Amino acid sequence: MRLLEDECIQDCAPRCTARCPAHVDARTLLAAIGRGDVSTALETFMRAVPFPGIISHVCDRPCEDECLYGEIGNPIAIRAIERTCVEQGDRPKPKASLRPQRNERVAIIGGGISGLTTAHDLARKGYRVTVFESTKRLGGRLWRADRDYLPAAVIEADLAVLGDLDIDVRLGTPLGNTVDLLIDDFDAIYAAAGPGAAAVLGLPMDDRGSAVVDPVTFSTGIDGVFAGGGLLWGTEMHSSITSISEGRRAGISIDRYLQEVSLTASRSGEGPYESCLYTSLEGVDAHPRIEMGNPDDGYEWYEAMLEAQRCIQCECMECVDVCQYLEDYGKYPRKYVREIYNNLSIVSGTRHSNKFINSCSLCGLCAEVCPTDLDMGEVVLEARRTMVEQDRMPPSAHDFALRDMQFSNGGKSAMAKNAPGTDSSSYVLFPGCQLAASAPEHVQKLFSHLTTSLPDDDVGLMLGCCGSPANWAGRSDLFDETITRWQQELVAMGDPTVVLPCSSCFQVFKTSLPDVEIVSLWELLDAEGITPEAVAGEPRMVSIHDPCTTRHETGIHDSIRRMVGDMGYEIDELKASREKTSCCSYGGHTWLANPDLSNRIVERRISENDADYVTYCAMCRDFFAAKGKRTLHVLDLMFEPDVDERAGRTGPGYSQRHENRARLKRKLLKEIWGESMAGDEQCESIILRLSDDVAARLDDRLILIEDIQRVIEYAERTGRRLANRDTGHLLAYHRPDAVTYWVEYLPTDDGAYEIFNAYSHRMEIPGSNET
Amino acid sequence: MSPNEETILGDESHWLCANCGVPLEISKVDVAYLGSGFPVDLARCPRCGLVFIPEELALGRMLDVEQQLEDK
Repeated sequence: MRLLEDECIQDCAPRCTARCPAHVDARTLLAAIGRGDVSTALETFMRAVPFPGIISHVCDRPCEDECLYGEIGNPIAIRAIERTCVEQGDRPKPKASLRPQRNERVAIIGGGISGLTTAHDLARKGYRVTVFESTKRLGGRLWRADRDYLPAAVIEADLAVLGDLDIDVRLGTPLGNTVDLLIDDFDAIYAAAGPGAAAVLGLPMDDRGSAVVDPVTFSTGIDGVFAGGGLLWGTEMHSSITSISEGRRAGISIDRYLQEVSLTASRSGEGPYESCLYTSLEGVDAHPRIEMGNPDDGYEWYEAMLEAQRCIQCECMECVDVCQYLEDYGKYPRKYVREIYNNLSIVSGTRHSNKFINSCSLCGLCAEVCPTDLDMGEVVLEARRTMVEQDRMPPSAHDFALRDMQFSNGGKSAMAKNAPGTDSSSYVLFPGCQLAASAPEHVQKLFSHLTTSLPDDDVGLMLGCCGSPANWAGRSDLFDETITRWQQELVAMGDPTVVLPCSSCFQVFKTSLPDVEIVSLWELLDAEGITPEAVAGEPRMVSIHDPCTTRHETGIHDSIRRMVGDMGYEIDELKASREKTSCCSYGGHTWLANPDLSNRIVERRISENDADYVTYCAMCRDFFAAKGKRTLHVLDLMFEPDVDERAGRTGPGYSQRHENRARLKRKLLKEIWGESMAGDEQCESIILRLSDDVAARLDDRLILIEDIQRVIEYAERTGRRLANRDTGHLLAYHRPDAVTYWVEYLPTDDGAYEIFNAYSHRMEIPGSNET
Repeated sequence: MSPNEETILGDESHWLCANCGVPLEISKVDVAYLGSGFPVDLARCPRCGLVFIPEELALGRMLDVEQQLEDK
């Protein structure tokens, strides 16, 4: 989990900050200036830079060289904005409590900007700091800069902070004092004098006379002696911001040395480095840099604000931008992975991330757009499996879908048959549970079409659910049991090639039963040239929604487009299609775990284009249609005479989906194989009358007709019912498995039952599961 | 409702036990979920023990407790 967390780069520093030797958080600074908050901006700047006036005048601006905006226009004028920020803001005074609180004494040799940074940092930590400077003033080479470029007042204003820090400054102290001499009086030394001083101070040197130090700790190898500044660089140019960075890092080393902790632990990321943050410039309009009204005076306040507003505030968020789920929870994968890990580690207490873990559709779009291919779906699925193993999966999360799967694979709906009169098949159509539920008549038409179009082959039929719901629920046991069953059925049928219209089934067979021959229905129809003629319908413009489980199935995408095009439809591609397509929220049981999120996912997808959508997944179709989006299944184009009417069809409710699967099996057995099924159970003969309102309410509450039939059968048989004094309605409850169902009803004169209401709960009450 | 809270009341006055023909009375009933059991006051037939849980209770406070227990 820790490794996965690191794959998310959203927390990486932006390019400006990473490239800055002192890591000025320019992004935060610019955001603050952009909204007029100068005190936050100055505070941000001074966190990285103790001498903000000087840096905002002389910095060589590696941040601007690296600014991503440079790829589309002029980089943000960061240094000029920093200068305005220093001129307009009030610098915070060091607190009085910052008087020396520690006994260790530190000598700084050289009052240049590097040494002064170390002096500043260590004094603030409470050390007793003495600065030895050979000239008559602090600042070193800063005084050699052109005064127009770096006014004396700016240097003086910045160095005034040292006076507040109670630093002992010894001006005019010649370098003659050697390290050996100082070492007796001081606990640590930072030698940051100018070029050539290394020899005088007796420090280890290279052949050019520059001091040699450890590049991370600035240690000279002599105990307690550190070196930086001009001592390292000789006469080579080095920037003030580099000096500040080195001074600060030497200060960290000295602090650690005096506290007797590791000098080297956790020091990666100090100094300039290459940012790992990815930021897309797609859709960013380049605006020109704000010019200064008076260049000598820098930006006016309002000019700086406008310039700062040009900053695009680099961040990655590629996955969050395309995923409603990741957006809804307000964070990004690095944080999410941590939360999931914490959630799984809780021994006792509330697991706040359960719903989050169960809300992902597992569609893989995040990995598709992620610069480092991090797949939240994989993280989430692993978490679900762990929850199941720990016996911590909330029973309500996936239960309805698992019972739906159980029904699909039960005796009423499932079957595997070779063509009549044969004992093996070369092809077997596996339509999947939801096509059979949504459009059972299409399954029959498809089967007979394949049978006639492939006259040299024996085509069998296998009805049932592939096992995806068990996989999505983290139920590896149930999933393995399910696919093993299909594998055995296929062996018994003579190892036919499985023809798959449903892309979820396709992925299950492809990844979990790699030895089974499979073909996508759409590629088979396309390749064999046996696409049914469109029955009717006026050619029109449509947009194709690719089911998320076809994400990397380019062949299927191509076949679908060829077929739809050949039927006379023009295709207006959705911006997010093929490998960038999004889930309809059926995947992973998002719809079940988080209905509100599911609604937002569907609304977002269906508002992408005004054209009617064409898809080739029964659930995508029904989910979109349920929200009023005119959507056609590709089979509608092939088999339906009135495509216009068909596009507006609302899919069947959950009870009807069971009914459709059961009827399909019964009908096909009778019409194709001449077999009949065993008689109905007592419950199924109970006739119910429901108004549309009640039917819709039951569907919302995931209560099925068969659940109600069971309650009434039980109540009427045992007499265990309540009666309402006012209405005479009867109320009964029964718990067939894990849910107690309550039904308010009345028998009608013709032996049926009128249903007024039904509701359910999972909590057990005594006697509720008697049979 | 917390699992320790003991009072759950519905509009029990409207309902009779159809089997025994008597009004319901409030009494302590042990309810359970995911291994946690606790007594609550429910309307109940004093003769056969049939209980009454109104819709508002099942879909309201009872659901809240179920969800709290599921996340424990």
